[in-house]
This record gives sequence, structure tokens and C-alpha cells, in this order.
Amino acid sequence: MPPRTLFQKVWDAHVVTAHDGQSPLLYIDLHLVHEVTSPQAFDGLRANGRRVRQPVRTVATVDHNIPTTPRGLPIIDPIAARQIEALQKNCRDFGVPLFDMDSAEQGIVHVIGPELGITLPGMTIVCGDSHTSTHGAFGSLAFGIGTSEVEHVLATQCLPQKKPKTMQIEVRGKLAEGVTAKDLALGIIGQIGTDGATGYVIEYTGEAVRGLSMEGRMTLCNMSIEAGARAGMIAPDETTFAYAQGRRFAPKGKDWDDAIASWRLLATDPGAKYDRVIEINAAMLAPFVTWGTNPGMVVAVNARVPELQSFTQEADRRAAEQALTYMDLKPGTPIERIAVDRVFIGSCTNSRIEDLRAAARVARGHRVNPKVRAMVVPGSQAIKHAAEQEGLDRVFLEAGFEWRESGCSMCLGMNPDILQPGERCASTSNRNFEGRQGRGGRTHLVSPMMAAAAAVTGHFTDIRKWKFE
Amino acid sequence: MQAFREHTGVVVPLDRVNVDTDQIIPKQFLKRIERTGFGEFLFYDWRFSGDGSKIADFVLDQSRYQGATILIAGKNFGCGSSREHAVWALADFGFRVVIASSFADIFANNSLKNGLLTVRLAEEQVTEIMRRAKERENYRLTIDLQKLRVDDGQGFSAAFAMDEFSRHCLLNGLDDIGLTLQHEAAITAYEAQHPVRPTMKNILAG
Ligand code: SF4
Repeated sequence: MPPRTLFQKVWDAHVVTAHDGQSPLLYIDLHLVHEVTSPQAFDGLRANGRRVRQPVRTVATVDHNIPTTPRGLPIIDPIAARQIEALQKNCRDFGVPLFDMDSAEQGIVHVIGPELGITLPGMTIVCGDSHTSTHGAFGSLAFGIGTSEVEHVLATQCLPQKKPKTMQIEVRGKLAEGVTAKDLALGIIGQIGTDGATGYVIEYTGEAVRGLSMEGRMTLCNMSIEAGARAGMIAPDETTFAYAQGRRFAPKGKDWDDAIASWRLLATDPGAKYDRVIEINAAMLAPFVTWGTNPGMVVAVNARVPELQSFTQEADRRAAEQALTYMDLKPGTPIERIAVDRVFIGSCTNSRIEDLRAAARVARGHRVNPKVRAMVVPGSQAIKHAAEQEGLDRVFLEAGFEWRESGCSMCLGMNPDILQPGERCASTSNRNFEGRQGRGGRTHLVSPMMAAAAAVTGHFTDIRKWKFE
Repeated sequence: MQAFREHTGVVVPLDRVNVDTDQIIPKQFLKRIERTGFGEFLFYDWRFSGDGSKIADFVLDQSRYQGATILIAGKNFGCGSSREHAVWALADFGFRVVIASSFADIFANNSLKNGLLTVRLAEEQVTEIMRRAKERENYRLTIDLQKLRVDDGQGFSAAFAMDEFSRHCLLNGLDDIGLTLQHEAAITAYEAQHPVRPTMKNILAG
């Protein structure tokens, strides 16, 4: 057999049939389900008298529109409540396991999959959510789908898929102190653009990637979709195995040993070819801050909002102009002079325990600036609990941050956590689109450390100069 | 699914790049559990101000573009969130075709499932159509999926590409779940060889 990439191996292992003139049919090992993109899919099953083919390969939770206020309180928004009730009913009717509001396993769907050992290397994973790419950190092929495809997978456990192309992003050298996986992701998107990887599955390789923890790898793969990629993947290694071992739904005993042996074979073979190769020099990266209305509009924290003349393409220049108007920023403004009203630490990009530790390290011994309202929203109940065991909640609360229940929260502002018109937010989430965090809200994407620092100083601050207590 | 063979309609130019699905249908409208009724919320934040009143000059609501069924926009249309609600909103509003120089993958897939045709043309061609749609009153295009051509009957004509299988499904309005279920034997055989891992079987026990 010719040398194959990680992607090719996972793909080959999941092709059920490949008929001439049809897209290959791919078997789906795991289907994650949440309240927002699934109700119409379940209704479609009902309308056609179909069942869920593999309920144990289907896992549901509520995350997108649940409130992050204490769990005992009722859900004030009646439409959100109706959607949550619909999921509860659908899971009951079709026998799908659900980690509900009051469950100790509840959390953002891309956080709980890995955390419970449901996500493992070499799988195919889909979810009606574009940030499904997160699970690629384990060397799985994981991608977001729409509601019609959700229905398709519920009914057949398969998806016809056109084969994507492959892109290697090789990150040379090591990340400097204060430069995180989030900054690496933003740096890549800044370089290749928000459509730079459209039609591709990215495999991240190189010293800086190997050096990332699983949390960091998830952050990096999570943002692949923001470069337009179908998925992002990282070959599993000792870091991956150490993370997965002993988790609740991971294999045990001999099954575990067998699993590791097969996962070791997933890495890309020497000599395997990618359709495109991009090299990134880790030394060129810095803590980044987005200035515009997509994640590719990004500069280093010690730089300035770009001048309009710096855009060579007319369409890009106009997009930048529109973005600056929306963001109420002037070209040439130093990023560190931009003041923030709100800080959000959370989302499937940056709400894992390591993210909270990093933010707490910055916040420790400081106070949130009186002009700023800052909130920390752990990605799952398990993370919240672990953080409380470590005393991170005390650090945040003493510094003046709000400490909330788990969910997507202000990442997309479907629940009551939203920005008011004109408010400016340093956010660890993944999208700075117009209105994403609330109509008229202005989002700047940053790492958890950079968000915590901005909360304290009231403006963007270069974390490399931070005085840790 | 609604079949698509040929369509002629008025073209409305949305002269922006990277139009994301958060703009096409903002999140406050994603809480509905039905597939219908999203059209009135299409591009909501661009069409309506904070108090719900209409923003006069937004292109979609200009009288000359009323009844438009073909939307043309800049590159990377439909990027961002996987929400199929974006496609439902476009279709519900009356659109049958979106033309751009590139589309985000998930959006293109979702469109296909709903009989909304995404046509990729070269950047210069998009610019040319955009210019004509702005300059000429009641500017119409014909999209022929059988011949894979776009034509305005006024000198502009272009070929576009589409993979054969997607084209076949669209032309015939095929239910692709039904197509997949035709492979029942192959799926069952695959499942026999790849059983669910034992630890997952307990998940239903809670
Ligand atoms: S945290 Fe944000 S990006 Fe992640 S799943 Fe939730 S809404 Fe989507």
C-alpha cells in the first residue's frame, strides 16, 4: 500500500461502500446532538416512520441556549425552554442517551465528548455544530453538519461524503511564553484567511503542535473551521493516550492495550503526500487580538489596527472598512489602547481546566477593573467541579469575576448572556462576527490569559509583560 | 426535496465578502423547532434596526429587487456556523439560487439538501453579474442545471461545474436518506465488523 496520511487512514477505515457516480458512504462512529440543530431532524424521522439506527452511537446534551445562572432556577425564555423540552422528548422517544441540565456530565458538546472518553482516536465524529472539528485533536475525523445531515445520520449512521483534500500545516519551532494554542490558531487564520482551507482537512504537525497539551490541541483543531476547513486533525501520541486513559467510556484492560496498539498506526506514513503544505514559524507568533468582524482580521497585541491602504484587494479593503465602522475603531490605533467593557472566558475553544488555570494565574491577586464586567463560564459541570476543587473559583470571585454554570453562554448569546449594543468584549470564543455575542456587540478574540489581563487593566495588555503574583 | 432543473429570476446583488450564517439568520431565531417561517428573519440585523423598524436602503428591500429569486454575493458565502436555518431562511424568502465565487463547505451541503442551488463562478464573472444587476432594472438570469450554464440573454453567459452525484440528486429531487438505505446490506455488514465498544453500551444505563 502506498504511504497514507492520518486523514486517509481514518477515511479508508470508514468507507462502507463507494459506488461509481455516488459519493462514498462513510460510517459515523459517534453522533453528538444538542438542542438547537436537532428538533427538525427528529421530526423528519417521525414524518417518515424512521427510528434512530444506533442510539448508543448517539449522545445528546443541552448547551447552546441554557442559562448559566444556578441550575435550580427556571428557564425564563419560553422559546429556549420549548427547545430543551423538545430534545428531552426526542431522546426519550428515540432512546438516545441525554446528559441533561441537571446531570453531572452536562457541558458543551465538544467539551464533554473528550472529557468522558467518548471521543477517542481514529473515529469519525459528527455533530450539528461547526466546531465539531475540536475532536480532531485526538486524530479523529470530526466535522460539523447541518440538520438534514443530522437526520441522515440518525436514520442511517452513515453520510455520503465527497472526499476532501488534505492540507498539512507544519508549525516549526516552539511557542514562546505567553503565546498559546489560541494564538497559534489566530496566527494561522490571519495568514491563510477565513477561506484559506475551504475544501480541505488540515493535519497539524511540527514541534509546536507536538508540544501542545490535549487542551491546547483541542483549541487549535476547534478553530480549523474558522479557516474554512472541513476538519482539523492531529496524530495521536503519548499525550493523547495519557489524556484518554481511565476516562469513563474509554476502553479498559486488554481492550485498552489493543486500542493503543491500533492508534499508534494512525500517524501519517513517511512519504505520504498532502494536497497542500503550509509552514508556520512559531517564532513569528505573538499573543493575538482580532480587530475586525472575522477571525482572520487579527494582529499582534503590540501592533496597531491596520491602515486601509495595507489591503491590496479592493473587496478586502471594503470589508475592512465595514468592519472598522462596526467595531468603531480607527486605523492606526495601538491595540493596547483599546478599552473593553466586558470579558468572557469560556466556549468550546477555551473553557477547559487548563484554560481556567491560565486565566486564574493572571487574575490571582488582582482586581477586575471597575469599568469591566467579566465572566468565567466553565465548559462543563466536571470542569466547574474540578476548578472548584483547585480553588480557581475563589481566585476568580475574589478578583471580581462572575463564576457561572456551564454552557455555550456568551459565545453565541442565545441565552441571556449577551453584549449590549456598542459594548466591547475581550472574548476567548471563536467568532467575532457582527452581532455574534449580541446585536451591536463588538467582539475581540483572544487567549484566556489575554482575556484575564484585559479584565484587570481594562484594556488589551501584552501578557508577555504581565507581573504574575 | 424540491427538484431543480432550470430557473429564471431577478438577481439581487449583495456586495459583501465572507457573508456568515450569523448574518443570514441571527441566533435569536434559532430557537424555533420548525423548519418553516425563517424567511422574514433573513439578514435580520441588516434589514431591521434595534427597535424592529425596517432599514430603508438595505438591498433586499429595495423595490427594484422585489421578488428576486437569485442572490449574488462575494467570496466565502455562508461561512461560520453550521446552522441549516440559514438555508431555510433563504429558501423561505424565495431564493432558488445563490451565486458566489466560493461557498463554505457546510453551507453548500445544506443548500443541496434543500434544493437551493449554489453556483460557483469566477471572481470576474461574479463582478460582472453584480455590475449588471446594479445597473440594469429588472436584471434576470437563467440557470440551467441540465446544461450547467448561467445566461442573461443580454450577452453574458458562463458555464459552471458541479459534481455529478449532487447534480443528479438535485435534478431528480432525490431523498438521499432513501438512497443511503439502499445500501442497508453493506451498512449491516460494516456494523457486524465494527461493533460498538463495550464501555459505550452502558451509556443508556446513565
Ligand atoms: S461554545 Fe460557541 S462555538 Fe462552541 S458549540 Fe457552543 S455556541 Fe458553538
